Amino acid sequence: MIINHPLLGPRDSAEFVYLGDANLMERPNWQSDTAPQDFYDYAYLRANPAGTHRELWFHEGGDRSWLVVTRNTVTHEISKVELARDVARAKGRSK
Amino acid sequence: MNYSGFKVIKEALTGHKGWKPAWRDPEPKPYYDIVVIGGGGHGLATAHYLAKVFGRRNVAVIEKGWIGGGNVGRNTTIIRSNYLLDGNEPFYEFSLKLWEGLEQDLNYNAMVSQRGIINLIHSDAQRDAFVRRGNAMILNGADAELLSEAAVRAEYPYLNFDDARFPIKGGLAQRRGGTVRHDAVAWGFARSADSNGVDIIQNCEVTGFHTRKGKCLGVETTRGFIGAGKVGCAVAGNSGKVMAMADMRLPIESHVLQAFVSEGLKPVLPGVITFGAGHFYVSQSDKGGLVFGGDIDGYNSYAQRGNLPVVEDVCEGGMAIMPMIGRARLLRMWGGIMDMSMDGSPIIDQTDISGLFFNGGWCYGGFKATPASGYCFAHLLATGTPHPVATAYRFDRFKTGHMIDEKGVGAQPNLH
Repeated sequence: MIINHPLLGPRDSAEFVYLGDANLMERPNWQSDTAPQDFYDYAYLRANPAGTHRELWFHEGGDRSWLVVTRNTVTHEISKVELARDVARAKGRSK
Repeated sequence: MNYSGFKVIKEALTGHKGWKPAWRDPEPKPYYDIVVIGGGGHGLATAHYLAKVFGRRNVAVIEKGWIGGGNVGRNTTIIRSNYLLDGNEPFYEFSLKLWEGLEQDLNYNAMVSQRGIINLIHSDAQRDAFVRRGNAMILNGADAELLSEAAVRAEYPYLNFDDARFPIKGGLAQRRGGTVRHDAVAWGFARSADSNGVDIIQNCEVTGFHTRKGKCLGVETTRGFIGAGKVGCAVAGNSGKVMAMADMRLPIESHVLQAFVSEGLKPVLPGVITFGAGHFYVSQSDKGGLVFGGDIDGYNSYAQRGNLPVVEDVCEGGMAIMPMIGRARLLRMWGGIMDMSMDGSPIIDQTDISGLFFNGGWCYGGFKATPASGYCFAHLLATGTPHPVATAYRFDRFKTGHMIDEKGVGAQPNLH
């Protein structure tokens, strides 16, 4: 697989480390009344779809940036690559 | 029809006209007491034990393709019970005991070959860990034997003993481990289940669950609605896809694991060798091909094929531990979809939906578990209580903190 890095251009996926579902960026609020259930869902349960999947890749063998890659889990086709930083900022985080 | 040497000779002398199909091809009935989704090793084993041990005859196995076309036909055929933790070891030892009597039980030649498995040791720390594991195995009734470097050298003189990075310092052997003809496992269980009255329905894909007031009443399929008293799901890599139809999210990710076989060679590898430090394992099939594999690719996938970086990594592992493997040509390679759980251990449990049961999360160790998985799932489906060796395989262990994490890497499925 070739991951088209937003800053560095097309890179071999072997340069990256895979973390998992991009939902792992959405850490629950630990002060919420439902925090135990929320953290269980967050840490252990996965949608695990057959098809389009947004996922986190870390460019360990490169610029050490985190990417949100939109990839089809049935065909391995990559349709979108974003910097995780940009995704978080678009949601109003890390200001 | 009973298979025997006498039957083979009789058929040979009468033109092989007396053989019959090993199982029927029935139309689905409108209702079964128990419907098992998934005609792979685990689903068919479940049906066999339901019928034969627990006396449940009104049972169907429904399979979207043909039976044995998934992971039971794609694995590297190794059986063993060399686990460390209490939640796992009694279960896998139970499985190995079932393997030992399987062919007599099924009246089917599954070519169970207890040729032994050796985990190689490369450092003092690894020896300590393997001594501990060996003791855990012995405490649970399994066999384990610590081998010196000389003992490993006597059996496998051609391994790379003096490697600078991973010199071989010994091994942990389990002599009762070995290999099994994997397709025959699916066929043997199918034939036995069928002859005990189970309907095996192929080309029948589940498209939804019919539930009312929190109770599962049956499954919608491509061949119509099938009512069921209880539904058991044993679909391995497709667990996430199937259980999503019941609005369930699982502690499982689907990953692709590749396996490889070389061209046929003369007998060279008497048993199974595992090189845990580099993650490479190899055995030789009875046809002569070296069957080997390594790590999963490491990303979510439902494609039954992997990518080249792992091919390179596995071949490097092979060259590192057994340099002569470089003279053999690769004949075939393929991928299967692993249901990687959050602690590397499986789940055999009820779901929150009454009447719906789940068996999955086998990671890439499901083949060796096939008979015990079927036995314990049948126990759960028939009696409503978990089998004593499978009590730890609960859904809620992630919530209560009772993970069974052999490698201790946490909720990171691609590291298990």
